[in-house]
Amino acid sequence: MTSAGRPDAIVIGAGIVGAACAEALSRDGLRVLVLDAGFAGGGTTAAGMGHLVAMDDSPAQLALTSYSLECWRALAPELGREIALRECGTLWIAENDEQLAAVRAKKRLYHERGLAAEELDARALASAEPRLREGLAGALHVAGDAVLYPPCAALRLLALARARGAELREGWRVLSIGGGGVRGARETISAGVIVIATGADAPRLTPGLPIVPRKGHLVITDRHPGFCHHQLVELGYLTSAHEMTAESVAFNVQPRETGQLLIGSSRELVGLDATINRPLVARMLARAASFLPAIAALSAIRVWTGFRPATPDSLPLIGAWETGENVMIAAGHEGLGITTATGTARIIADLVAGRAPAIDAAPYSPVRGHAAAVH
Amino acid sequence: MRDADVAIVGAGPAGIAAAVRASQSGARALVLDRGLAAGGQIWRQGPGTHIPALGRGWLRTLAASGASVVASASVTDIAIGRDGAFTLFFERNGDADRVTARAIVLATGARERFVPFPGWTLPGVVGIGGAQALLKSGASFAGKRVVIAGSGPLLLPVASSMTRAGARVMLVAEQARPAAAARFAAGLWRAPATLAQAMRYRAGFARTRYSLGTWTVAALGDDRVRAVTVSDGGRTRTIECDVLCTGYGLVPSTEAARLLGCAVEHGAVVVDEDQETTVANVYAAGEATGVGGAELAITEGEIAGGAARGRRGEGASLAGRRARGRHHARRLDEAFALRDELRAAATPESIVCRCEDIAVGEIRAHWTARQAKLYTRCGMGPCQARVCGPALEFLYGWAPDSVRAPLEPARVSTLIDSTT
Amino acid sequence: MSDQQASDELMLIVNGRTTRVRPGTTVAAALVSLDALAFRMSASGEPRGPLCGMGTCHECRVAIDGVPHRRACLVAVAEGMRVTTDA
Repeated sequence: MTSAGRPDAIVIGAGIVGAACAEALSRDGLRVLVLDAGFAGGGTTAAGMGHLVAMDDSPAQLALTSYSLECWRALAPELGREIALRECGTLWIAENDEQLAAVRAKKRLYHERGLAAEELDARALASAEPRLREGLAGALHVAGDAVLYPPCAALRLLALARARGAELREGWRVLSIGGGGVRGARETISAGVIVIATGADAPRLTPGLPIVPRKGHLVITDRHPGFCHHQLVELGYLTSAHEMTAESVAFNVQPRETGQLLIGSSRELVGLDATINRPLVARMLARAASFLPAIAALSAIRVWTGFRPATPDSLPLIGAWETGENVMIAAGHEGLGITTATGTARIIADLVAGRAPAIDAAPYSPVRGHAAAVH
Repeated sequence: MRDADVAIVGAGPAGIAAAVRASQSGARALVLDRGLAAGGQIWRQGPGTHIPALGRGWLRTLAASGASVVASASVTDIAIGRDGAFTLFFERNGDADRVTARAIVLATGARERFVPFPGWTLPGVVGIGGAQALLKSGASFAGKRVVIAGSGPLLLPVASSMTRAGARVMLVAEQARPAAAARFAAGLWRAPATLAQAMRYRAGFARTRYSLGTWTVAALGDDRVRAVTVSDGGRTRTIECDVLCTGYGLVPSTEAARLLGCAVEHGAVVVDEDQETTVANVYAAGEATGVGGAELAITEGEIAGGAARGRRGEGASLAGRRARGRHHARRLDEAFALRDELRAAATPESIVCRCEDIAVGEIRAHWTARQAKLYTRCGMGPCQARVCGPALEFLYGWAPDSVRAPLEPARVSTLIDSTT
Repeated sequence: MSDQQASDELMLIVNGRTTRVRPGTTVAAALVSLDALAFRMSASGEPRGPLCGMGTCHECRVAIDGVPHRRACLVAVAEGMRVTTDA
């Protein structure tokens, strides 16, 4: 960039969202500079489960997640094998008839969006995933969902951007923004547009942005190929995932490309304390074992924590920030940042280019009214 | 659930000495060890064992001391409670268990440093200490053609025990420069016991070639090692073998200390005069605080065991012995300093992370250990970088990534049961 | 070997084949004595065997009595124990 002169766009944050923004902006022919205080893909991106899932918590969430899945599918051939994409689909598991009724409602929503979703009865579920406990009511099979390995996905997106002239500077901490540029410890760089994609850290540069870190734990096992075949999620996930006040756990297990099982999930609001909460991990694993009893005997090799950037209404903040300057926000993706990174990036690129985004971007505007406060 | 005044992690010489001293001063001492019995590596008990008199004596004293020994116990996590008490979570035969204690002595020992070279992942390529451990645990190497090539004082005793066990030791190759190794040998008169030991070991494989300034270039084979190529910088030669023992000295095992937040410098746990770490009531002794051999480990363990019981300052009488031991350890380090040529042994295709099969060529020297882990999966497997970490430290000067629980792979059920 | 020693020996079943070992022998040591140096297949499908001998490297993982990923160097042979290697 020093040789090429002033960048058209500066993307702050080289996580999955920043990387996807750099890819989309460079595709439009912009000269992009990506700055990261640490290293690419090393923050929340490295801590996530890496699911690509259609989620129907709200119409706007379903619109963004399904649009993003299309974007991922379009990009996948360019991203290569390193991203460890596994199109395993998701089984949303119903424990009882009440939840099975919810499965049917969910199926209608997915069908309205043109997404493949098929109801499994108890027998079909047991045959699809024999290690699930007996007595479950059924499931919704969403075949288009997938899992991938997020740090390498971020690297590959950055590689595509760099092939088009984008530059990545790591260990470059932005101290403040203003005057059409960013200020670091040693230099100030100006650009046509600044995109803030620093997740839970975003409010530091744009005070007032309603994002809080929401901590999660994950556990990964040794290789046990064939233990399960789909991403497994309890239907109650949405209820517990959006309970903003208390600690919560929900059953979510993924079969990774390596044969390992990734076990989630937990949520708590404790600021940026990264230490492992043993009782919460125990609850989370007990929940997993209540669905998959045989998981209790498997060998767990690592436990880690990460911070989801959470917003009051569980929708990300995508678009122009309130100041008159050309500052765009691409943050607040909570636990769906891997899925929605690509859709977010397309919306940002469209807004920067003055095009109408493919989906209505108003629900994600960073300056929308936030009825619920974040606790 | 068990309760102790002093919990000791590791039942090698340092842990045994700490447990004995703590018990003798009236403490309820409990030792956790991953192995099948007390003794650690040097005094490992098993069907193929010849424990020296010093070790037999300490094992007898331990048995009579009243200290509890819990073998086959993998410590997975250590918690510090609000009242300052420690809870050590461990897994034993697949079940979760725990012990609470007022003080901890970390006697976690050391492990071998491996440096990658082509073929080092072939079955039949084992650690030098690894071969010794297998031998003591009942493995037969009778009639096998064995090459021992690496570095450090372990080469001679392993060559000696292999010969005694009926193996045909074809070559013992020490990478250290002949001059440096000779200076070390010349300095042995300061430690006559060590000299006598070295002479005995050498006599044990008297008919075998012992080459200084010689190192492994490659292990050859298809589904197992068939031969090894060594070099002295000028000439290379290939020797057929069934087993290749490799290893480049020892590195302290500091994971438990780092999990607790204890300071670690130059790869060793930092301790004060009483062997206390930078975390109150956490003591460390033996190889974890710097590799120095069994006698130094015993001394440090004695000091730590007494101090953990509240008898601080008593180590003064042992301080001279400790200082002499540490001096000897420094001389060993100098004599067996690893040569630069070893960094060039690995080709881009050589595996460095054996858990995830990550090749040297996939790693960028300017990365950190954490970047390598996230970008390539290097160090992400069950050994948690305990093998590739020291190798990459030698190759690129990398510091290890942070430590998190579980310290060792544990059953999911163990983590479910591990709450305070 | 005396009859007394022989009767003390333990029966170990490795990949369906029976062998006898001295009490106190680890599973890893027993396999090495059988010259079965390849214990497992690595992530990319290479044969691997024990390296460190003391529970650190996890290269000696085998299935013992149906439980996968057990470190063979940390387990003593018990009468009738069944070991499965995958290499």
